[in-house]
Amino acid sequence: MGKTLFEKIWNEHIIYEHDDGEVLLYIDRHLIHDLHYRSFASLKSQGIPIKEPGKLFGVPDHSVPTTVKNLKDIPKGEMREAIEGLQRSAKDFGYVHFPITDKRHGIVHVVGPEQGITLPGITLVCGDSHTSTHGALGCLSFGIGATEVEHVLATQTLWQRRPQMMRITITGQLALGVSAKDLILTIIKEISAAGGAGYAIEYAGSAIDKMSVEGRMTLCNMTIEAGSRSGIIAPDDTTISYCKDLPYAPKGPLWDEAESFWRTLRSDKDAYFDKELTIDGSAVIPMVTWGNSPQWALPISGSIPHPSLENDPMLRAEMEASLDYMDLKPGTSLSAIPIDTVFIGACTNSRIEDMRAAAEVIKGKKAKVRTLVVPGSGLVKVQAEMEGLDKIFTDAGMEWREPGCSMCIALNGDMLKPGQRAASTSNRNFQGRQGLGSRTHLVSPAMAAAASIAGHFIDVRNLYKEL
Amino acid sequence: MPNIVPFKTFSSIAVPIDIPNCDTDQIIPGRFLRKPNNDPNYHLYLFHDLRFNSDGSEKEFSFNLKQFKNGKIFVSDINWGCGSSRENAVIALKANGIKSVIAPSFGDIHYNNCIKNGLLPIQLSESECSLLRRQLHQNSDSEVTIDLGTQSVTGPDSTIYNFKINSFDKLRLIRGLDDISLTMEYEEKIQEFMIDYRKKHGWAL
Repeated sequence: MGKTLFEKIWNEHIIYEHDDGEVLLYIDRHLIHDLHYRSFASLKSQGIPIKEPGKLFGVPDHSVPTTVKNLKDIPKGEMREAIEGLQRSAKDFGYVHFPITDKRHGIVHVVGPEQGITLPGITLVCGDSHTSTHGALGCLSFGIGATEVEHVLATQTLWQRRPQMMRITITGQLALGVSAKDLILTIIKEISAAGGAGYAIEYAGSAIDKMSVEGRMTLCNMTIEAGSRSGIIAPDDTTISYCKDLPYAPKGPLWDEAESFWRTLRSDKDAYFDKELTIDGSAVIPMVTWGNSPQWALPISGSIPHPSLENDPMLRAEMEASLDYMDLKPGTSLSAIPIDTVFIGACTNSRIEDMRAAAEVIKGKKAKVRTLVVPGSGLVKVQAEMEGLDKIFTDAGMEWREPGCSMCIALNGDMLKPGQRAASTSNRNFQGRQGLGSRTHLVSPAMAAAASIAGHFIDVRNLYKEL
Repeated sequence: MPNIVPFKTFSSIAVPIDIPNCDTDQIIPGRFLRKPNNDPNYHLYLFHDLRFNSDGSEKEFSFNLKQFKNGKIFVSDINWGCGSSRENAVIALKANGIKSVIAPSFGDIHYNNCIKNGLLPIQLSESECSLLRRQLHQNSDSEVTIDLGTQSVTGPDSTIYNFKINSFDKLRLIRGLDDISLTMEYEEKIQEFMIDYRKKHGWAL
């Protein structure tokens, strides 16, 4: 029987297989961010060195302020300690680190692919659930916990069990004004926030073939929101030309070797998937979430559902709890929901394509509500500024910030006040995610931009008619 | 390195947590993620925003109720521990003495984090979990017994439920093994693997 793309990469990295199927897996790349700075002291106290510092890359992102670019401008406290702690460990242990002053600095999941640290065919881990992002380049990537982070530092390996295989085929093409974000929200709504648990999800089909690497990253990023640790897309010409000549990508004969291996990384025709699903990409329309799980998403044309119509008592209770927290009434049209803040950024949607999508909608218009635009990296920022996108944002009255995780997780001072409501391009609408008592609606960059102009949700496709 | 205590059979009050898709942001809010694991207040961070008002007074929440306060077992709903990979969620559970969480399904990363810290995640069916939660709400001192050796849970009405766990994970929990020392025993195998890997995938080094 044939093999899936995921299995092919998995098999190349098996060091040892235990009787019950658990495998010791070799790890090619390990990314680390500021929330894990204590791992180094922990290893040091046990007298354990880092096995392969050449495969470790550090990027502070969760605690990084988006208003200053220097350590000395950050007040002393937890934020600064985390950033400094990571920086110090890089010096002590001799691994590559992108400090906040470096123009390549940004969100770890934006920097990895941008620098060619992420490559097709490799295994990549990071102590962050959104490590699923990197699978967009055709590698095996997944988030791990702090104990596993220490394990990788100490051994460059991990004990893992092979997940089950799911393939989601997206037929047709996404329409104008519809993005990878709308697609992944549609998928999560379809399979639920637990639907992918225990699986790795391969995305395939004509809509994926046409999708940019940036779009694919958005899709894989939120795969964890469907419960699956890994999203993966077969590397193709789009992937290979994206990786070519990146700073940490192989060069010369090694590149040729790599490319010929990458070209073999496709699921065989007779590969077995434990679950298969097909979605009509042409039918996807812009989505907005209304509850406290990403599965509570609806097309912009929809209205807040009536929990009383839900037969399952547990689901009904969950819906009621969401509506109560979100202060929403059943039957309200999504487009009638007013917002206080718009956040455009996060590892889901802070790449250059996302900046362009937002700017296209905003150009020549004014923001009605507070809007933060936070590029995913210094390189995205520079590129956006070269294209004049920053000017479009600031002319509209929006704030153009320095790169970081920012208001996605609200650990850097960027946050909502209790009761405030945001249209956000981030990945989680959990209670309190954007600050205590915050209310989050997940949308695409174009939809967030449209909401900023209107002060409430609107169907961005109507704006394209005017463009 | 986590402080792992070998897992032994035990009985305890079990606490019903009626939250489907309970994400790790609820188990421990983001703003506590930079706290050191030995923070003496760590037990307060567990479900902080669901348990406490901003003035520190207690909200209506099962784990706040007198009959559940000393519970060492949580019985929850589907997709427990989904979302963020934060191992702090497990640290917060352990800081309250929680030794096991019973749920119909778990977030994959959180499940691993539990195992690595000696906390036993037990998967029972949705109907079994919902029945257990109902019984716990109805009876004021409802003890549940967990035996990892026989892979069984004894409910408050003495019903026995069997659960599955991978043999390697079971061994880890029973012996209180930590993975780093375990893996170091495989160093020779790692070296052998690397010889081949370097030849085959020199581009990835």
